[in-house]
Amino acid sequence: MLDPAMARRLRDIVGEKHFKDDPEAKVAHSYDGTPMLQSLPDGVVYPDSTAQVSEIMKVLAEYRVPVVSRGSGSNLCGGTVPVQGGIVMVMHRMNRLLEVDMDNLTATVQPGMITAAFTEHIESLGLFYPPDPSSMKISTIGGNISECSGGLRGLKYGTTKDYVLGLEAVLANGEILRTGGKLMKDVAGYDLTKLLVGSEGTLAIITEATLKLVPPPAGKKTMLAMYKDLYGAARTVSRIIENKIIPATLEILDNPTIRVVDDFARLGLPRDMEAILLIEQDGDPEAVERDMEAIRLICEAEKADRVEVAQTREEAEKLVAARRSAFTALARLRPTTILEDATVPRSRIADMVLRIREIADKYGVSIATFGHAGDGNLHPTATTDARDAEEVHRVEQAFAEIFEAAIELGGTITGEHGVGVVKAPFLEWKVGASGIAVMKGIKDAFDPHHLLNPGKMFAGETRKRVVIDRG
Amino acid sequence: MRCGFCLPACPTFRETGLEPESPRGRIALMKAVADGIMEPDKAFAEQMNHCLGCRACEPACPADVKYGQLLEQARDAIEDHADHSLPAKGVRRLFFKDVLPHRSRLKWLGRSLSFYQKSGLRQVARGTGIMKLFPPAMREMERILPEASGKGVVDRIGTVVPAKGEPIARVALFRGCIMDVLFSETNVRTAELLAEAGFEVVIPDNQVCCGALHAHSGELDQARGLARSNLDAFRDAGIRHIVSNAGGCGAQLAEYGHLMHGDEEYAELAVEFASRVVDVSQLLLGSGRLPAFTEQSGGVRVTYQDSCHLRNGMRSSGAPRQLIRQVAGASFVEMKEADRCCGSAGIYNVTQPEMAGQILEHKMEHANATEAAYLLTSNPGCLLQMKLGVQKHGDPAAMKVMHVVDFLHERMGEPASLSAAGKQG
Repeated sequence: MLDPAMARRLRDIVGEKHFKDDPEAKVAHSYDGTPMLQSLPDGVVYPDSTAQVSEIMKVLAEYRVPVVSRGSGSNLCGGTVPVQGGIVMVMHRMNRLLEVDMDNLTATVQPGMITAAFTEHIESLGLFYPPDPSSMKISTIGGNISECSGGLRGLKYGTTKDYVLGLEAVLANGEILRTGGKLMKDVAGYDLTKLLVGSEGTLAIITEATLKLVPPPAGKKTMLAMYKDLYGAARTVSRIIENKIIPATLEILDNPTIRVVDDFARLGLPRDMEAILLIEQDGDPEAVERDMEAIRLICEAEKADRVEVAQTREEAEKLVAARRSAFTALARLRPTTILEDATVPRSRIADMVLRIREIADKYGVSIATFGHAGDGNLHPTATTDARDAEEVHRVEQAFAEIFEAAIELGGTITGEHGVGVVKAPFLEWKVGASGIAVMKGIKDAFDPHHLLNPGKMFAGETRKRVVIDRG
Repeated sequence: MRCGFCLPACPTFRETGLEPESPRGRIALMKAVADGIMEPDKAFAEQMNHCLGCRACEPACPADVKYGQLLEQARDAIEDHADHSLPAKGVRRLFFKDVLPHRSRLKWLGRSLSFYQKSGLRQVARGTGIMKLFPPAMREMERILPEASGKGVVDRIGTVVPAKGEPIARVALFRGCIMDVLFSETNVRTAELLAEAGFEVVIPDNQVCCGALHAHSGELDQARGLARSNLDAFRDAGIRHIVSNAGGCGAQLAEYGHLMHGDEEYAELAVEFASRVVDVSQLLLGSGRLPAFTEQSGGVRVTYQDSCHLRNGMRSSGAPRQLIRQVAGASFVEMKEADRCCGSAGIYNVTQPEMAGQILEHKMEHANATEAAYLLTSNPGCLLQMKLGVQKHGDPAAMKVMHVVDFLHERMGEPASLSAAGKQG
């Protein structure tokens, strides 16, 4: 329950319509894209400007009320679930594209703008913004920055962090911070821009971003390589990289994923294949031709059953769109879909795929695998039923072991989804005790009263590492 | 599953940007009520009623969540506890129970409406300003209502229309209730078009309202009662398909399997019936012998507004477009966001005039941009709404709103004068 005087002050800042504490608003902001997590906030506020965000933060700091800033809530780490109540700050009204600087090739945008709307506009100007999370049709730029979203083009073009040049953010005490700018080079002090990207709303509330744009590639080709053997498909991924070819997109889908995606998209995907690779290369048309031919030879050497090149742009786009639906489409199989985000060095992708299979078998759970194989980022996804506590427990055990395996192979617990609530117990496995200590020090410097997205990133307790039974 | 892929597809979310106004938000509210976190209070009911029920979220959902069914259940639960004011109760009872399900009363309604329109009473009503007593949304609808009739399709052409040439199959026409009062001509033309394409058409006279309006308004028991009557009416007609020319009715008929699930006597029959329901354009294009459609007045631009229930419920969006493209001399222009609800949504434009008006205004920006001479639709509600749209935000002299069937019928050359034959007989 919020202090009525505080609620009054928030209403005065944003207007009667833009502060809500009725049951409807609370329920509708108690979840995000993550399964099995829900927690009601005490109120919801919709600011319209940096000045309003600053005023709101001053009030919240005075009353020591926590706040979760939120875009569309499509994240998958529990990052925007208000686990300690307080205020949810929805950034949707701050959705304006402030400037496209055609001389410097930058765009300045407010955090609430939908990613797909942004990229469409940028492309209409003959420019290119490469980060493309699968949720781009609904996710916001601010959310992408907070979670450092990846996507299908990460392999060649990098992820969100590689395109954020400058930020405006409001600190926990309401002060406004500006970092970076329209600069390609800037080493003045610590890189606060990079620090805020991927900080999951725990350090500051992002209110504006300056993003780097690049010239669009001149040509693009899309290929499907189909395999009767999952391991062969995964090995192909490592071989392509070994051969010094970096495709724009290199995705893997295993058989259960192929089937559900085809049920949704009705593209006539090969349902009898154990795996398919979706490969795109872009750039100078001649170089694209050359790379695609070399890739085709590698696929065939690794015993691909069939290799097909999309004949039209439309066909290629349909394939990519279908791949983006994979996570949600898997919900056709069982009521609850738990998607994870284990990432390994690219040379170890085939080993990781095998380990996931072994672990799923060991715990008797059903795990489909798809993901950005080219950057070592796999999304093993358990299809289960939240009402079956015993099975969910086995799924959790299997995932703990999958993270363990990823770290053993030189990988990480999350490649692009973030830590949030879900991975918090595992963070120390990756960064070590000293890493946690430094991170906590940074958190204290930005947010001494722990008002910004509390309960995220740092767990009360680190999970004990699973002892792997290699019997 | 809470991925949020449905959000960009939802018209009310697009208008407001508010999570509770989205399919994901509304499902969360339903679940909160089921879990006991939230009371099914007035605000909850209002939010459920604020949904158009257009089901654009369903094809957008990779997880195949049946939002339409969840919404019907929620509205049904609300109705069970509803505390309607007395006049609202009266109106609901009048329409859902006393008029829509009864053929004779529908005819009476048609005749009265026709009398009102033709007798000069309408002029009197408009002239004296008595219409001002009604809410603006009702006044607007009164102006665009087509000439009603107490004579339905069966009165005009009987219950059997023979096929032209070798019969391809025997099919039944679902004539609808409002459709047969306000658009009985379209029903006649549907039968004529089907006959021309080679189908023998029967129109069982004991069929009743499909129950869509009931189901969408939370009166599931009444909807089931109507379904039983229809299942009986079509049971022994010896037909291959049940043909609908109204997206809303078609989608409802196609869902009888779900509606009657668990009904000992009718469950199986309902599934079988539902599998044979088809929209007129799908049937014509899929197995009909199509006549050569020609544009008489030279070239015209034509555009099409999807019926949400035809598109999202029956998953048919290609057939009407392909038929239009077959009309020689007509050029088809795709309207931007033709797949988005026009705001009609059953009686939504009367119950939620503000949101419906906003949606219609955006719709008309796209419609006007096509510069089409004909704006075609596949559902009576959409047809009326688009007529209203053209009148309010467009140019009625330049853009004509028509049902796809009427447009095609007008262009199929010299039509077989079945209606004339019917009148004589």
